Amino acid sequence: MHLARVMGTVVATVKADGLEGVKFLIIQPLDKHQHDAGAPVVAADAVAMAGPGELVYFVASREAAEALPERFVPVDHAIVGLVDQVALVGGDQ
Amino acid sequence: MKIARVAGTVVSPISHPFFEGKRLLLCDLLDLDGETGGYLIAVDTVDSGAGERVLICDEGSSARQIFGVDTGPIRAVVVGIIDEIA
Repeated sequence: MHLARVMGTVVATVKADGLEGVKFLIIQPLDKHQHDAGAPVVAADAVAMAGPGELVYFVASREAAEALPERFVPVDHAIVGLVDQVALVGGDQ
Repeated sequence: MKIARVAGTVVSPISHPFFEGKRLLLCDLLDLDGETGGYLIAVDTVDSGAGERVLICDEGSSARQIFGVDTGPIRAVVVGIIDEIA
């Protein structure tokens, strides 16, 4: 799992079966110091509470679909938690 | 499995139900020469602490087996504390 920042929302009315009601967000993956790392991706919101600007952590690959109520769906990234704090050794954030 | 060093903890008050009560560690990935620059957030199972070198299993079905569940959005798990690499 990795850290990411929610950048925005994606609305898709027509989508694969099983994805009805799933919220999609654009997330920017981050390094441990919360700097941008790589290109933004679209992730399903498995906590249904994430919004733009929030720090989250996400799973990728097969485990992303495991986070959703319908487990056999074509999803490759999913937000599985909101992050309050990252406490690193030495206190650097 | 991967070798890593525990860099700190991730506090998440709201998460997928699978992660409730589980401790999330931010771990710097290591190779034989030191830090690789990459990191993983992994669930702790061995009470490892900051600064310790650990073994991370980064595979979904193994992770679910560790927690005794058939489903769950989990892949990276801290499964050991390294004493020595010779």
